[in-house]
Order: sequence, then C-alpha cells, then structure tokens
Amino acid sequence: MSVESPADALDPSKLIACPACDALYTDRDVATGETARCRRCHAVLEAPRRTAMTRIIMLALAALILMVAAIFFPFLELEAAGRIQTASLLDTVQAFSSGLTAPLTFAMAALIVILPVIRFLALIYVLGPMAFGHKPARHAEFFFRLADLLRPWAMAEVFIVGVAVALVKVAGLAHIFIGPAFWAFVALVIVTVLKDNFMSRLTLWKTLERRRAS
Amino acid sequence: MENAGTAPRILTAREAGLVGCTECGRVHRPGVARCSRCGSRLKSRDSASLQRVWAWLFAGLVVYVPANLYPMLRTTLLGKTTESTIFGGVVDLIHHGSYGVAAIVFIASIIIPVSKFIAIGYLALSVQRRVQMSAHRRHLLYEAVEFIGRWSMIDVFVVAILSSLVQLDFAASINPGIAAVSFALSVAFTMISALSFDSRLIWDADVGVNENE
Repeated sequence: MSVESPADALDPSKLIACPACDALYTDRDVATGETARCRRCHAVLEAPRRTAMTRIIMLALAALILMVAAIFFPFLELEAAGRIQTASLLDTVQAFSSGLTAPLTFAMAALIVILPVIRFLALIYVLGPMAFGHKPARHAEFFFRLADLLRPWAMAEVFIVGVAVALVKVAGLAHIFIGPAFWAFVALVIVTVLKDNFMSRLTLWKTLERRRAS
Repeated sequence: MENAGTAPRILTAREAGLVGCTECGRVHRPGVARCSRCGSRLKSRDSASLQRVWAWLFAGLVVYVPANLYPMLRTTLLGKTTESTIFGGVVDLIHHGSYGVAAIVFIASIIIPVSKFIAIGYLALSVQRRVQMSAHRRHLLYEAVEFIGRWSMIDVFVVAILSSLVQLDFAASINPGIAAVSFALSVAFTMISALSFDSRLIWDADVGVNENE
C-alpha cells in the first residue's frame, strides 16, 4: 500500500474500512467459516457462515412466534390471601398507564415488544427474498439500517433480569407461579442472542450489494 | 499475540484521504454524501459528535437527580402506604436479607449510572485532550460504556412488573412513582450520549496518529 497521494493510487471499491476505528484494509473475500477481525481494535469485520441467511430468517421467525405466545399467555401469577392475580406481558407494559407515569407505557411497550418485533420483521424482509435467490426487496437497505439502529434499544434480555429481581422482591409476600409466557420470553431472548451472533453486518451488506447489482 | 509497541502502524481511511462508512465498511472518495452500498450518511469524522455527547450527558445528569429524590415505588400494605426511593429500595432488600438482589439493584441503578456519567465525560475530555489517558484504557472504557448502558433499565422493569403483579386491593398493592419516569429518561439520555460518540475519534486520539492535524 503506497502512502504518497493515496487518494489517487487507491481504488476505494477494493478497500474496506473498519467501522469502529477506521483502519483501512484491502477487501479480500473471507472464506466461509473464517472470521476476519480488525488488527487494531479487534472488532469483527467479516464472518461469513454457511446458510447464515436462512438461519437468521428461521430464528427471526421463531422469535416472532415466541413473542406472540409471550404476549397472550399468562406471564406470572401471584397468589396471596386466597386471591390470584395474573399478569400478562400486556399488563406489565400497562403498569405505568395511570397518572404522571403514563408516557412510560409507550416506552415500555416499545422496548419490550414493538422494537424487537420491528427488528425481526425488518430482518425477514431484507433477508427473505435473498435466501430464496431473488433480488433484494425494495428499500431493503433502509430496513437493514433500521434493524441495526434499533439493536441497542431492544431490551428483552434486560427485562428478563428485571423479572428475576421482581420475583425475589415479591417472594416473601406471596406465592408466585411462572406462566408459559415467561418461558416463551426466555426462549425468545436465547433465540435473539443466537440470531445476533450469526449476523455479520459487513458480510450481509456486501451480499446485499452484490445481489442488488446482479 | 502482536505487541502494541512493535505493531506496524495502521493506515486509516482518513489518512489515506478517503472516507469509510461506519455502517457497512465501504470506502469512498471524499465529497460523496451517502454510501453507495448502504445509503448511510458519510462523514470522515463526525465533528459535532462530542457536542451531542456532552448535551445528552448533561440532560441525563439533570433527570437523574429527581430520579433519586422522588419515590420509585409506592407500596400499600393493609391500607398503609409507604414510598421508597431507589436507594430506600436497596436498603429494604438488605433488611429482608436478599443481599444478592440488593446488590443487583444497587449496581444497576446507582453504580452503573454514576460511573457511566463519569466514564462518558472522561472519554470526551480525553478525546479533546483535556485529560491524559492511555490508549488501551480508553478503548476498554469505551467498550464497557457501550455494553453496559442498557442494563440500567432493570429497575424500571422491576417497578413495572411489581406494579402489574401486586394489585391485591386492600391487602397489598404496588404502584409506580414519578422517579421511574425520570430514571428511564436518564438511562435513555445517557444511552444516546454514548451512541453519539464517533468511536473513530477514540482511536484517532491515540498518540502519534493525528499529530499532523
């Protein structure tokens, strides 16, 4: 790599810059199963996996189904003094719906249910046509960017730890029964983590660009 | 493993006179507005990034004050209502002997937010070269801040679950307090603050990389 007047000497389309630290590399194809990391900041650059796209779609679909189960089945049941109180995920979301805390209802709904669902749908929309060998769908780039943007805000796994803490707090007060929706939600978190581990952002972007051009 | 002292100097896209996309890694010549691969806005370095970091950080700090002063939970037991703040909740848990959970709540709602304020401020200052910090520690700190931010939301979720579950009329009921809102806002604002950070600035601040600016 020559350093004199590099802008003229280097062809930008044959290069790749680390998204985290801007280190410049020549863009070579990474073999399936290998992982390319940035030499400076050790961020994963590319990690192509066999049938990664199909797996991501399947996991996103599984997550969507689990989310439906988690919303509609009873989440937690509490028994005290002969009375049973059932809380579904929707009740939890609506806990703040009275008085000054009302705006928090929207935030809760967004963090636990809406944003994760938008992410799953966006990924299915982007990767679905490509997995079946079609051209990427219209505005696929926008939806893939959206899925990436929402990633820190989808807080399902944080919510699960919150549930654990809440259970211990109430344990002395009453009997607690864990409903099927709770397990659906736990499975959802596991599936989400698996899916995000399969996703190599740069690899998917390159695939998207190649399929768009062909 | 390669040694940081003897590692070859790494050329960045900026030094090569090019612009790298932070979303998809595609490299462009300067002057291109949007990435041809993913459509993200291109910027060699986001110069307004630090201003946004400071603005959101202060916003988060301001709403963190009422989050600690006002009640987080209003518990009604047999007609008697008690209000507890974040710290009060931790003390209650310790009295009940749930040390593990007390530790989780204390770490998530007090230690993490406070250390995040300090860490983000310190990072921003060190990038602006107001304070000295070794490159290695700066990278570790940035990664920690990015990873840990969302976990502060735990306490808000706990309040939501308790208030939806414990609604037994006279016997016992738990309702959220106004602090839940300001605490959630504080977490959100500091998350935006950390996300506004252009991580490339942190690497640029390493000794000897941007001396010719």
